[in-house]
Amino acid sequence: MNRRMLELNNVEVIYDDVILVLKGLSLQVEEGQIVALLGSNGAGKSTTLKAVSGLLVPEDGEVTDGSIEFLGQMIHNQEPSRIVRKGIFQVMEGRRIFEHLNVEENLRAGAYTTPHRQQISEKLALVYEYFPRLAERKQQVAGFLSGGEQQMLAIGRALMATPKLMLLDEPSLGLAPLLVQEIFQIIERINQEQGTSILLVEQNARVALRIAKHAYIMENGRIVMDGTPEELSDNADVREFYLGFTERGQRKSYRDVKHYKRRKRWLS
Amino acid sequence: MSPNDLRLFIQFTMTGISEGALLALIALGLVLIYKSTDVLNFAHGEFMLLGAFITWDLMVNYQLPVLLALPLAGAIMILVAIAVERLMLRPLIGKPVISIIMVTIGMSSVIHAIVGAIWGPKRQVLPQLFPEILEGPGLRIFVEGVRRPAQMSYERIYWVLVAIVLVLLFVLFFRRSRQGIAMRATADDQQAAMSMGISIQRIFAITWSVAALTAGVSGLMVADFDTVSTSINEVVLRAFPVIILGGLDSIAGAIIGGMIIALTEQYVSGFIDPSLKNVVPYLVLLLVLMARPYGLFGEKIIERV
Ligand SMILES: Nc1ncnc2c1ncn2[C@@H]1O[C@H](COP(=O)(O)OP(=O)(O)O)[C@@H](O)[C@H]1O
Ligand SMILES: [Mg+2]
Repeated sequence: MNRRMLELNNVEVIYDDVILVLKGLSLQVEEGQIVALLGSNGAGKSTTLKAVSGLLVPEDGEVTDGSIEFLGQMIHNQEPSRIVRKGIFQVMEGRRIFEHLNVEENLRAGAYTTPHRQQISEKLALVYEYFPRLAERKQQVAGFLSGGEQQMLAIGRALMATPKLMLLDEPSLGLAPLLVQEIFQIIERINQEQGTSILLVEQNARVALRIAKHAYIMENGRIVMDGTPEELSDNADVREFYLGFTERGQRKSYRDVKHYKRRKRWLS
Repeated sequence: MSPNDLRLFIQFTMTGISEGALLALIALGLVLIYKSTDVLNFAHGEFMLLGAFITWDLMVNYQLPVLLALPLAGAIMILVAIAVERLMLRPLIGKPVISIIMVTIGMSSVIHAIVGAIWGPKRQVLPQLFPEILEGPGLRIFVEGVRRPAQMSYERIYWVLVAIVLVLLFVLFFRRSRQGIAMRATADDQQAAMSMGISIQRIFAITWSVAALTAGVSGLMVADFDTVSTSINEVVLRAFPVIILGGLDSIAGAIIGGMIIALTEQYVSGFIDPSLKNVVPYLVLLLVLMARPYGLFGEKIIERV
């Protein structure tokens, strides 16, 4: 039986003392798993990850109710520097690489909590093995990398810290389908080869469900459904709203889905 | 050019280089704070003042040898910087930059008043800092047909070397060391730096400490060129144009800007009119900014491809 790695219980998050964004959210990640957290724009996915990693603090957000447990310890509202040292590393939405640092310096920044030189050079070698394209661009200033390379760098930076749990926020954002495939294959390899547990946030449900062991769907600050990828892919609503299929199995156009969502939000 | 003009030119160049090293060092401290906190530190000159007086006090009143006085003065500067960071600046994190700048202005008058109260307004002579390996008047360059040489004291030569070594250490620190890279990462994107496990407060404390140390060293340099006095801080007024000229956030800009301004000061006040000296930095600045609004090395935002 797998150990429980991360557990969120009825978590409530409020920004600026008034904006309630997470309204009692619960989810679990077992050790060694890839768990997907799906939902449309504005559902609160990024907020969920920031609540876990402690990055809410600089945005004036706070966990005001419920609990977040990591390997049996309560971690909510702690400083991110402490949480990273416990073994949780968030790869933020939009990659957020250090534009004026070169590739290798970005990676070294990722190893900030790893004081041993020996370990840092081993990790560098590991990252370059997963991402040979980064190895070719070691000295290049990161701001000039392509979007795909920046995403690789962002994930490589996380690898440098040897986390037990990686939080990935929309790694497919803005990337061409072929690159998305390449990056998701590597995420899967990292999970299998390094034993890293992964909580994967995506709007692109299709690719996420392909590698996840379990998935949650959230709307409006709450989990509305969860299950294995198979269970979710069989569900008619999920097929319609998140995978873009109609009942007859045809692809719906993006515009139709978008239109439906907008209507739904307007009604609620 | 007459032989005497040539001698003067050489003389002004030598003095300009040592003054430029001073301005560059001051600018470096300002750039450091600006890069990592977006704040222009108006109390930098008062940190210089403090460094000079503390060292003088330790050497003269406490009779400590140089090799003890300098590290001790450095340690005190670090304590002051950490106290200032923790008590005055940390509570302001997240507040508008302008409030923090106002606080540094307030801090500058407080420190100035404290220094005046403790050590008085009297000018003091700094004891010799460098070992007397080389005797005599310093480096002399003779021009054919002129009896007087152009000359530069060993003191000034030593200081130029100190400045060069400090700059090299700076560059190494920022390129190689864990904290240096973390400081640059923080300057780039604070929240992303936090996601690496970097503690922003720790980085700010280190930043202010390093800046206070460079300020202390540049204060000593001014005191050694001139005297220990409560007007040491005024030199900063010549360094503000340097960092704007250099582009505010560039180390190379601080060094080259410092040299350009100091050399121009020397040539203009020497060959044209000494009263122009204080105007020169601002004139140079205006001219450069007309051509390059972001300064010589100012950052242009990187556009992603
Ligand atoms: N720093 C913040 N301050 C106030 N509101 C925020 C902040 N960040 C996000 N929100 C709000 O919280 C909601 C969820 O945002 P987010 O977690 O980014 O959603 P997602 O990642 O699912 O797109 C949105 O309505 C957004 O406007
Ligand atoms: Mg998001």
